[in-house]
Amino acid sequence: MGKFKYVGKSIRRIDGLEKVTGAATFVDDIDFGPDLLYAEIVESPHAHALIEKIDASQAEKVPGVIRVVTGKDFPYKFGLYMKDRYIFAQDRTRFVGEQVAAIIARDPKIARKASKLIRVTYRELPQILDPIEAIKEDAELLHPDLGDYPHVPWFFPKGGTNIAHWRKTRKGDVEKGFKEADVILEDTYTVPRYAHCAIEPHVVVGLYDHSGRLTLWSASQSPHTQRNLFAEALAPLGLSHKDIRVVTPYVGGGFGGKAGVTMEIIGAALAIAVKGHPVKVRWSREQEFYNTYQRQAVVAQIKMGVTRDGKITAIEHTLHWDAGAYVEYGANVVNAVGLSATGPYRIPNVKIDSLCIYTNLPPGGPYRGFGYSEFHFGLESHVTRIAKKIGMDPVEFRKRNAIEESDTLPYGAKMNPCGLKEAIDRAAQAIEWGKRETSDDPKKVIGKGFSLFWKAPAMPPNASSAASLKFNEDGSINISVSGMELGQGYLTVMAQIAAEVLSVPTEKIRVETPDTDRNPYEWQTVASHVTWSCGNAVKNAAIDAREKIFTVINRAFGFQKDTLYLEDEKVKCRTRSDFELSLKDFVIAGIQMEDGTFRGGPILGSGMFMPEFTSALSDPETSQGGHPNVHYTVGAGAVVLEIDPQTGKTKVLKAVLAVDVGQAINPDLVNGQITGGLLQGLATVLYEDMRFDNKGRLLNPNFTDYKIPTAMDIPDEMIPIIVEVPQPDGPFGARGVGEHTMIPAAPMIANAIEDALGVRINSMPITAERIALSISRKEKG
Amino acid sequence: MKRPITLTVNGEERRVDVAPSDTLLEILRTQIGVKSPKIGCERGDCGACTVLLDGRTVRSCLILAVEADGHEITTVEGLSKDGPTPLQQAFVEHNSFQCGFCAPGIVLSVTELLRRNPHPTGEEVKEAISGNLCRCTGYEPIIRAVLDVSGKS
Repeated sequence: MGKFKYVGKSIRRIDGLEKVTGAATFVDDIDFGPDLLYAEIVESPHAHALIEKIDASQAEKVPGVIRVVTGKDFPYKFGLYMKDRYIFAQDRTRFVGEQVAAIIARDPKIARKASKLIRVTYRELPQILDPIEAIKEDAELLHPDLGDYPHVPWFFPKGGTNIAHWRKTRKGDVEKGFKEADVILEDTYTVPRYAHCAIEPHVVVGLYDHSGRLTLWSASQSPHTQRNLFAEALAPLGLSHKDIRVVTPYVGGGFGGKAGVTMEIIGAALAIAVKGHPVKVRWSREQEFYNTYQRQAVVAQIKMGVTRDGKITAIEHTLHWDAGAYVEYGANVVNAVGLSATGPYRIPNVKIDSLCIYTNLPPGGPYRGFGYSEFHFGLESHVTRIAKKIGMDPVEFRKRNAIEESDTLPYGAKMNPCGLKEAIDRAAQAIEWGKRETSDDPKKVIGKGFSLFWKAPAMPPNASSAASLKFNEDGSINISVSGMELGQGYLTVMAQIAAEVLSVPTEKIRVETPDTDRNPYEWQTVASHVTWSCGNAVKNAAIDAREKIFTVINRAFGFQKDTLYLEDEKVKCRTRSDFELSLKDFVIAGIQMEDGTFRGGPILGSGMFMPEFTSALSDPETSQGGHPNVHYTVGAGAVVLEIDPQTGKTKVLKAVLAVDVGQAINPDLVNGQITGGLLQGLATVLYEDMRFDNKGRLLNPNFTDYKIPTAMDIPDEMIPIIVEVPQPDGPFGARGVGEHTMIPAAPMIANAIEDALGVRINSMPITAERIALSISRKEKG
Repeated sequence: MKRPITLTVNGEERRVDVAPSDTLLEILRTQIGVKSPKIGCERGDCGACTVLLDGRTVRSCLILAVEADGHEITTVEGLSKDGPTPLQQAFVEHNSFQCGFCAPGIVLSVTELLRRNPHPTGEEVKEAISGNLCRCTGYEPIIRAVLDVSGKS
């Protein structure tokens, strides 16, 4: 390492100037002219009800109303991993806020007014808001047809129950493992629901033109997956992939909330309903909270056995997920956790049960961390507790059990290269682990907390990326890809990868946001995998272009291709030191021969990448036999926390995160992921919390009542640490980082609180109130 | 009933017809055609719609268009007419923003701060942008850029 010119450099973002000058265009900024129509959604006020009648006659009379659309108009199912949703509710609604009908009008205010005139008659059904209630024998069935839903082969729905998927992982013999243990600790941890809170709300504009072409401008992480799901759902109308175009400009934050398809399918359907007119659906902040994906709540029981000398012998981890009304995406969160809920530890005997359970709350789905933040809260709390139980330092205990390259994973495959121990040492050092600290304020106490983390991308085994690039007359380059710039710096990193191969500086490379008509395929920008996956595709595209360059030189000058190389935007030759030719002199124009003819032509490169070693096929009872995950990114987090025991108020004095990214393509952007993710994670443990009433209605769907961090809430100090143990199949050794940075936040806070006060809190969020109550409970004995 | 109002937007006088319930944000985006103030929450919580009204930051979602009659509005588009300001350059230099949706609002909040207080402390910077929510960055690279550029001047 250290031999790169563009990779590994903290260059400025290529989209930086656009964003600070207001030039960056988001979907809602695009003008569609005076013919643009607006839609307003009629939503279910009930968590579970049958729709008996919809009377739109009054609404249709309002001047300016163009069309009312209900479930009858679009009786089509959709879903990413399991088709369990309809575009509009059909006979039944399953959460408060579910879309029942839409009004399309000339003006958004007219649409809003008319939507209130639609009379829907419901018959309420018993509602289930708790996953444990949902799996009781006599529980009301939320999806009576579950057994018939199409789904991916790695899901195991239990028809006739509310269990949409049950991932079981079995390794070794847990009974034997617990017999070998000197100490066994068993406890339950709970994590509530959370909201993504991207500052840009979901928005989509659809246009179905008179030639039968459907275009969607969508605030999405997933242009090609959206096109695919729209095409699948709308196939009965005769639409195919080539008829559907998804355009995705800059996205104002995603965090998983804009992955897959949620409200965007309404835009697709409504466009078809008003052929020839563009129609906009923009979610309000309230809708953003209750009718997109939410991070799922979980109740996790952990039983762990250890020997006196600090070896983990067995783990039983049972997770009951409140997955909400529809699980077409969320069930894969449950699946991912079911494969990896050991955390980054070498444990010989493993039993994991991860159950995806329907409830009458909004649909669960992907959220930065994809289930790993949720299970790490319990697991990493438990690890600290069990280490203390045997009298061992919790960091030392973690090091003894930390997973290493080639260790056997819970499902039988082997662990990738990883620098976990280096991450542990550096994070511990950064907070001076083991050294007691006292606050300047005698009323306050200070605790230190530690947590490991790991996460693998959760993807179909054939999730793939493609890229193309073309040279321009001046030797500059345009790259076409379909990953999304969500803020992580993807466009910049793709430019750096191409720059490294082609010796062209990043200032001369433009990478644009996608349009599925023109840009090559990308599965989705999720799972922290695009640097790795699309990075490989871009690298391959650049290598392809380089091959074409060398072929032209060979044909024009006769030099052997294997003697040629690129440096400083020129072709050079190892055997002829006097030869050099600038790229700009021939990448479009070609090379003129002595007879006046030309060789060459415009240089294009294309590349693709698919991880050909992965497989989701395995024994459903044990998960043994497959290779579902491409690799894990690992690391350690640490925190120094000041607490006022009188009020329970906390202040993060120092937050540290060390992560093994294989090779940082742009260290400054990795640091950006660390500081941003850490703060997002700290907020989930310290104050964020979705509150529902006993009718399943969200009580805090706004930023007044659901607090996300402001600049006043940041830690005094955040220390990002980059570890680099290369990933052999990554571009220049890189592996993904993004989601990982929020995973250790919650358990390290819980561990710091126990360190400072001797109280253990097993449920999130750990608010000041909860800390103060725990202290008073402890004092009362 | 719509009525005409006149406001100066980024130095140019504009006349538009507005309804009594139209917000300044709606008018700026749909009738004036200035897109940098964003719709994030429409209740003054997020700060994505921040603009300068006679030089002071306001949430344009909480101001009625009729209230802006006769006033001067500056958005980010108006700051960069002669190229990016030193503050904007510092934000680029420090990779301060990620998704960029909050950036126009934060640029304006800090612009106002630096006019009032050219050499703010870290705490003053935090306070000045505490009404602008950013979900991506952890604010740290934003604050760093402001301290860097204000320390230089």
